[in-house]
Amino acid sequence: MSFFDGLKFRKVSSPIHNLDPRIKFIYVIAIFIIAIVFPQMLPLIILFLIQLPFVVLAKIKKQWIRSLRGAAFFAGFIFIINILTTFFYNDFTLTALNVENALAMTMRFVVLFESFSIFFLTTSSDHLGLAFEQSHVPYEFAFAFTTAVRFVPVLAEEAQTIMDAQKARGLELEKGNLLKRIRNYIPILIPLIVSAIRRSLELAEAMESRAWGAVKKRTNLYLLRLHKGDYILLGITILLMVVAIYVSFFVSIPLISDLLNPSVL
Amino acid sequence: MMAIIELCDLVYTYPGVSKPSIDGVSLTIEKGEFVLITGPSGCGKTSLCRTFNGLIPHFYQGELKGQVTVAGQNVTGKQTFDMAKHVGLVFQNPENQLFALSVEKDVAFGLENLGMSREEMRKRVDWALNLAGIYDLRERSPHEVSGGQQQRIAIASVLAMQPEIIVLDEPTSFLDPLSAEKIFDVIYKLNQEQGITVVLVEHRLDLTAKYTNHLIVMDKGKICLEGNPRDILCNEETSRIGVGIPKATLLYKKLKTNGFSVNKQTPLSSDELADQLLEALNK
Amino acid sequence: MGQNGAGKTTFIKHFNGLLKPSLGTVRVNGVETTKTGVATLARNVGFVFQNPDNQLFSETVEDEIAFALKNFGFDKETIEKRVTWALDFLSLYQYRKTSPFLLSGGERKRVALASVLAWDPETLVLDEPTIGQDHEQKEKLRQFIIQLQAKKKTVIMVTHDVEFVAECNPRVILMRAGKIIANGPAKDILTTPKLLEESSLVLPQIAQVFTKLAHIGLPADIIDIDEAETAILSKAKEKKHP
Repeated sequence: MSFFDGLKFRKVSSPIHNLDPRIKFIYVIAIFIIAIVFPQMLPLIILFLIQLPFVVLAKIKKQWIRSLRGAAFFAGFIFIINILTTFFYNDFTLTALNVENALAMTMRFVVLFESFSIFFLTTSSDHLGLAFEQSHVPYEFAFAFTTAVRFVPVLAEEAQTIMDAQKARGLELEKGNLLKRIRNYIPILIPLIVSAIRRSLELAEAMESRAWGAVKKRTNLYLLRLHKGDYILLGITILLMVVAIYVSFFVSIPLISDLLNPSVL
Repeated sequence: MMAIIELCDLVYTYPGVSKPSIDGVSLTIEKGEFVLITGPSGCGKTSLCRTFNGLIPHFYQGELKGQVTVAGQNVTGKQTFDMAKHVGLVFQNPENQLFALSVEKDVAFGLENLGMSREEMRKRVDWALNLAGIYDLRERSPHEVSGGQQQRIAIASVLAMQPEIIVLDEPTSFLDPLSAEKIFDVIYKLNQEQGITVVLVEHRLDLTAKYTNHLIVMDKGKICLEGNPRDILCNEETSRIGVGIPKATLLYKKLKTNGFSVNKQTPLSSDELADQLLEALNK
Repeated sequence: MGQNGAGKTTFIKHFNGLLKPSLGTVRVNGVETTKTGVATLARNVGFVFQNPDNQLFSETVEDEIAFALKNFGFDKETIEKRVTWALDFLSLYQYRKTSPFLLSGGERKRVALASVLAWDPETLVLDEPTIGQDHEQKEKLRQFIIQLQAKKKTVIMVTHDVEFVAECNPRVILMRAGKIIANGPAKDILTTPKLLEESSLVLPQIAQVFTKLAHIGLPADIIDIDEAETAILSKAKEKKHP
């Protein structure tokens, strides 16, 4: 599951980890927009390279490379589909331009994945929940989000235990026709639902006991405050946007295949 | 002495049930006491705890008769969040009472709900973490620490609200004996050094009887016996109800019926019994 | 026995093939677990999980107990006989038409136990059977284990309840960090403080008393209360009439 590993937060301390998730999110969205606006290979390569310093600064090289390796399968898939469609569409011929366009499509995916991966690898769900809370998202939603993140692994573990318990009573999940197979899951679903309900009641009880709902405006132990790094990232993001807008209106972007072919120059 | 919990002719029935779970309980707990409540499963001890901060009747509904006065407040007239400042509840399953993604955030949860300022909150959280001995864990995720540590987080999270009373409902039943002892040590220290009134519900009297001089035995929704554990654990009624007598106390009783008398007070721990035996055998 | 995370549950899941060894072999009744499925192995090795709520799902207690019997392909008559037997054995007969979800914690635990006992496995594995149980429920469980032993069943139990183990007096396998660190009679293991401390366990109370009395010539390896009584009384007699 290396693809998802690339999106799983790992606790490290780095300048990138300490950035405000809200600013990081704006940055990711900016990269996203720019990558969508430019269909050419050259700007996409530049976008890809611009983000490498973040990976180094965040000390997430290993996980990031692993996640890229995981994404390679999808990238390869995108490339092949693109090549094949143009190949069939153009009466079974391929030009250097076709290849470059297919590569650009692939590169776009890689850039998008790269920036999302950097975001999720360096942002804890706690931090993210906090960002929700302080972006005027109602507290109940932010709480639901963090609670979900907190209890997903617990429920997954519980589902495994239930499955083991029923298998130990002779339940064979893979037995029978489709209808029977679906019915096989009833002995797993019911205990899982019952326990989730029981759990939520206990949770509610514990929340009540800790003054849930005491005041209208609750406070927060942490405060997200913009630091120097956040302003720098915001600056970089704005600069990137400005450059991108300028380039898209006033500069014609050369093709890599032309650059490599001296006869055109 | 000042009463901090006073129950008067309490009868409570859960909604949709005909038999009352608490059936005529009157009880006084003094400020600063360490009270131990025990009794067979279903005897009403958990329900009793829930009345202390108003979970009964506010959260559970049902029918409550009688008077509950806790920390000078009439519980039925107050919301649970009002009572939370006075009474902290710690539950059996550590997993289901922690909901934040970091330990200190969990400890701060109650204070955030009370709308406390950040500076004050920081102070209180650090204070509570230190008292529970988990300051080093403050940035960890509650999900990734051991059960014993989770239970200490739960203690710290009610402690942060600086309640006068902490009520713990079988807090160690998921823990191994050594972690359980550590929890009891933490609770005992809170009682002795901070003067917090402790109400502990437990089956494991072998580990806890030594901490208290006020033991309450419940059965079928009623208080059957109440007083010093040295008297109560010798009482035949206690065994009849099905309370597990600590082995050290049991051995002492057996020896006594056999005419081997150490003529001292009933021992509550292995240390006490060993000392008595040493003295008797060396005479 | 062993502390949480020592690998006890992982270990016992190899006994009915829920987990298969990545190295080495596990044989149950002479058959390698890698060569057969859980459904086959489970016929001989019954597994009762710690939390009964992880398995109860039927509308009535009766159905719950019949579930495994149906899975194992018993005929209708046998199923009926076995269900009645299991209900009687665990004194649940009065609840046979009741929903298991309406029962108390202790009763639910007994339903879970009955639902496994019903197919009469040779070996019974109990994962943390004493958690959250009061004194009387534990005593019932102990009596029940004695009955199973009388029927020549093998009983394997995972627990850190030292007092309960001292009462049952079984062979104890102590685990730590995925390894077995001790294996022998409860009497030996539960009276070795160093081993227990490594496993986050404590000495049972009787053993605690006797470690403190060892220097006056009493045996240090006593965990049973009757044995303790005899030892002290004879020591006292010795004192009176040397």
